Amino acid sequence: MVESPGATPRRAALLLRRCVGNYRILGGGSVLLLLVLVALFARQIAPQDPLDQDLIAQLQPPTLAAEGDTAHYLGADSLGRDVLSRLIFGTRVALVVAVIAGPLTALVGTGLGLAAGYLGGWVDVVISRAVDIWSSFPPILLSIMLVALLGTGLTSVLIAIVVIDWTRFCRVVRAEALKQRHMDYVDAALVSGLRPRTILAREILPNILPLCIVLLTMEMGIAIVIEAILSFVGLSISTDMPTWGSMIAEGRQVIYQAPWIMTSALAALLVSILALNMLGDGLKAEFDPVLR
Amino acid sequence: MSERILAIDGLCAALSPRGRSADGAALLRAVSLAVAVGEVHGLVGMSGAGKSLITKAILGILPAGIELTGGSIRFAGNELIGCPEARYRQLLGREIALIPQDPLTALNPSRRIEAQMTDVMRLHLSLTRRAARARALALLRDVRIREPEAVLRRYPHELSGGMRQRVLIAIGFACEPRLIIADEPTTSLDVTVQKEILRLIRDLQRRQNTTLLFVTHDLGVVAKICQRVSVLHAGMILEHGATADIMAAPRHPFTRALFAATPRYDAPAEALAPVPAAVLSEIAGAAQRFDAARRG
Repeated sequence: MVESPGATPRRAALLLRRCVGNYRILGGGSVLLLLVLVALFARQIAPQDPLDQDLIAQLQPPTLAAEGDTAHYLGADSLGRDVLSRLIFGTRVALVVAVIAGPLTALVGTGLGLAAGYLGGWVDVVISRAVDIWSSFPPILLSIMLVALLGTGLTSVLIAIVVIDWTRFCRVVRAEALKQRHMDYVDAALVSGLRPRTILAREILPNILPLCIVLLTMEMGIAIVIEAILSFVGLSISTDMPTWGSMIAEGRQVIYQAPWIMTSALAALLVSILALNMLGDGLKAEFDPVLR
Repeated sequence: MSERILAIDGLCAALSPRGRSADGAALLRAVSLAVAVGEVHGLVGMSGAGKSLITKAILGILPAGIELTGGSIRFAGNELIGCPEARYRQLLGREIALIPQDPLTALNPSRRIEAQMTDVMRLHLSLTRRAARARALALLRDVRIREPEAVLRRYPHELSGGMRQRVLIAIGFACEPRLIIADEPTTSLDVTVQKEILRLIRDLQRRQNTTLLFVTHDLGVVAKICQRVSVLHAGMILEHGATADIMAAPRHPFTRALFAATPRYDAPAEALAPVPAAVLSEIAGAAQRFDAARRG
């Protein structure tokens, strides 16, 4: 059968074209892709071993500084470790946290939000009160308490992020599910005899998904920040794994002699979160049904 | 009267007494309605009369805050009030279907027409994806949609209002239900499309020998397609009978007033008479007396 002129083009192609057309998605996405490549090929890219201590090169300034040399492009820290290499390996932890903790948080928060919004009644009361109680705790303090309780390590950091931030998804998804539940097409599905859980999966979830994807990109940025904060206070990964947060902590002690250590770690943090937020904003502008 | 497929008897509904209004205001006052097998039964009334409430009660989707306080709804030997959920789900979509009021909001914006059409067939008729698709195509042809293959691939926002209403009609008739409730299916369409949609509904109804409960405020529509009609006002059935009889000699003053307020193409606009306040207040008084009698 010949398609009429107004027929829908292939959806995937359309999606791709819209993404490339949006400079925020394009910009944020490319930076993110670059970070992923850096993390994957850290061993090949890094000029030196991030743990190698070159005691003669302690607090060596970056190449472009007055007394810099080409041995350490971004200088060396107080133990003579190469800052650039540490930065590159730090990308791994940041991305692992973003990629694992982000979706996990989304899953928990979205699940609870859907349950609260769709089921209503006492389920909603319990979950909503929990969200209220959660929001009354300062999140940083809560995360530090949690990791102190669970012990340090990547797993504890991931758990802490999920436990702190599920409310972010829950609140938004609950409100949206509540709205969706009263839509005519949900009633129409009910009167065609579909089960509530089928309706949740087929009628409501597809309408909430764009929102979740946008929130997820934001959450990934937040996860990176939380990990950095925990690293900063020494409660994250063990010290033989370089992280941006621990670099900031070490750099802070020698900020007057060697400002480049803290600056470069902060810059890395800034760029990655900016990229994620840009991507999120771009996706929101393109796909949020409210704005569309 | 021949065998009844739907019998509503003394149905009362009220706002739940919880919350601020301690005394639940009555919304339906002992509504009784009998629909015979194979007929097109009109349910007419002004907005706020309780038409949608009755359809929602039949379909079991009353909004929170409204309670049925008495009466019964029997469908083909099944009592629907208090019907177990699993049994209800077997009836809904299969035996009783709805053609909703607003084609713009009754389709899910993020699902293709094919998925939305085949859901109900795969559920109740246990069709495979392929068979359900074939049936969907046939149904779309029945509602005179050209290029049904292309329409199945579309999302609702890519179709016009009239097209969407046709799709909804196709979904309503999909499982050849015994009763279809059409809740003002032409209200949001313009007049030229209305006529076409009405004809479609009537044709399909005749072909499948379905019973149709046609809810509307439009007396012109009633005259065109309904054999019998019930007039609803302020939650009460004022009169019911064969459409021709009621049209020719309305007994209740409200029905007379309602007919006088219907625009006719051959009468000047000034001739339109609003429903007189005296009639409305008389009915309101009757409703109060009814409530008092019921409480007392």
